[in-house]
Amino acid sequence: MNCSSHHFDYLLRLGGSSLVLGQRMAEWIGHGPVLEEDIALANVGLDLMGQARMLLTHAGALEGRGRDEDALAMLRDVPGFRNYTLCELPNGEPVSQVGATRDYAFTLTRNFLFAAFQCELWKALGASRDAELAAIAAKSAKESRYHYGHAADWMLRLGDGTDDSHRRMQAALDLLWPYTHELFAADAGEAELEAAGIAPRSETLRAGWLQAVEPVLAEATLARPADTGFLSTGRFGRHSEHLGHLLSELQYLQRAYPGAQW
Amino acid sequence: MYTQSMDIPGQQPRAVAAAEQGAQEQEFEARIAADRKVEPRDWMPEAYRRTLVRQISQHAHSEVVGMLPEGNWLTRAPTLKRKAILMAKVQDEGGHGLYLYAAAETLGVSRDTLLDQLHSGKAKYSSIFNYPTVSWADIGAIGWLVDGAAIMNQIPLCRCSYGPYARAMIRVCKEESFHQRQGYEIMLALANGTPAQKRMAQDALDRWWWPVLAMFGPHDSDSQHSGQSMRWGIKRVSNDDLRQKFVDATVPQAELLGLTLPDPLLKWNAQRGHYDFGPIDWDDFWKVVNGDGPCNRERLATRVRAHAEGAWVREAAMAHAEKQRRKAHQEAA
Ligand SMILES: [Fe+2]
Ligand SMILES: [Fe+2]
Repeated sequence: MNCSSHHFDYLLRLGGSSLVLGQRMAEWIGHGPVLEEDIALANVGLDLMGQARMLLTHAGALEGRGRDEDALAMLRDVPGFRNYTLCELPNGEPVSQVGATRDYAFTLTRNFLFAAFQCELWKALGASRDAELAAIAAKSAKESRYHYGHAADWMLRLGDGTDDSHRRMQAALDLLWPYTHELFAADAGEAELEAAGIAPRSETLRAGWLQAVEPVLAEATLARPADTGFLSTGRFGRHSEHLGHLLSELQYLQRAYPGAQW
Repeated sequence: MYTQSMDIPGQQPRAVAAAEQGAQEQEFEARIAADRKVEPRDWMPEAYRRTLVRQISQHAHSEVVGMLPEGNWLTRAPTLKRKAILMAKVQDEGGHGLYLYAAAETLGVSRDTLLDQLHSGKAKYSSIFNYPTVSWADIGAIGWLVDGAAIMNQIPLCRCSYGPYARAMIRVCKEESFHQRQGYEIMLALANGTPAQKRMAQDALDRWWWPVLAMFGPHDSDSQHSGQSMRWGIKRVSNDDLRQKFVDATVPQAELLGLTLPDPLLKWNAQRGHYDFGPIDWDDFWKVVNGDGPCNRERLATRVRAHAEGAWVREAAMAHAEKQRRKAHQEAA
């Protein structure tokens, strides 16, 4: 199959998003609010890492320049990453200013919003003419449904728990909502990918996503924030300040010991 | 992971008094003598129960605190594959903590109570986790040696007289042997790597070897409390025997890696059919047990902080469950 740069970028976008959010999950392991949640977030993180590895391996193979998953994950700098900005935001400070490096409200709400998106995404990609991508989507769909269920349960518990938890969840939702605009915004390569039957236009995923998100917010007694003109641009390689720090940890050993085998 | 032999002076309740008598006790003794399991509903001497609560909860705490030193490398693993393996490993340790808290709860003590004891510094956990992980090779060394030592300790616990603990150990031991193999693979890659990687591996081995040997606990001659645990079928093999078994198993593994164990007195003794090894620095061991290891304060503070920062989550979950209960009640009425 022909590999256009849009196709490659699209795989980097999805693979990078899973990678970066998986890294954020890893930061929670050992620090959760109850032991069961350390285990649950590790599960989510492991699934996301697995998705990242498959997607990046596939991207490297399509590119045909001998880059494997680690070359794409470890040896590119910030502008080379195409992930959604939503996924790279830190788990707590300094975006969510609750005086902690890990804010469970923020993490859970992000997982909820993103898992709902991934569920729609994998559904659509199951029919992709990129057979490898379709197979990855089929495998990932089950995982994302579990992530969605886990996060939705907590949205209800914490949204409709105590006054304090409600306030925290609403604050997290208000902070995160603007970053969801990027998930559905159009870009220059979309028409080509759609015409080739490789991927849907982003905008087509929005209705299904809202159907998965809005009823849970309502039941959780959370107010859906209004949409604004804010649009983040991670998928074009223009990121928040936070991705560079994430990469400096993720890539540390590969950078400090170039060419070593591990 | 991870037990350290728990018969540490000053932590043991007094040896069982001759207070408990009678038919129930005879039946308990007969059960132990016949090597049949004691189950939660069976009568048991109070001292047996207390000993088990202490040992199982310390073991559970060790699993949970043990997530931290390796957790320190989750975001920096060198490849995505190694990262996924490490995430799964640290997750397993959390799972071990869960089984063990559940086993302790069968003895009538809640997880909350046990966590309070950990957070107040009253309960101990394995001292090995009070050492820092400063390089990636430490993740290899922990898997290979610390999980390896844990397996030695825990295999006999699969035959522990208390049923729920023995069954938890069977599950745990299976996973520990994966961990040990994965740790050894990390070391193998480093030992076959660049000179810098090989130095990293040797440095980790130099730092972990002696603390791991101390993990098996004081010498049998200094360990006046293990007698009762042995008679009760809680402890099956002595500290020194386990330590010797570990050394004998590990020396050839180190040779295969081309790494040097940091003990000039280490030598095969054909007469004994075992390796002789040098003296353990018990002063250092007790220093760490008693709170002055390199990371004691940090490890405990990290656990306390995670628990405190999660308090609102636990409270909200309970409030939500209570709301649901009331709603269901109203609908039924
Ligand atoms: Fe364990
Ligand atoms: Fe382990």
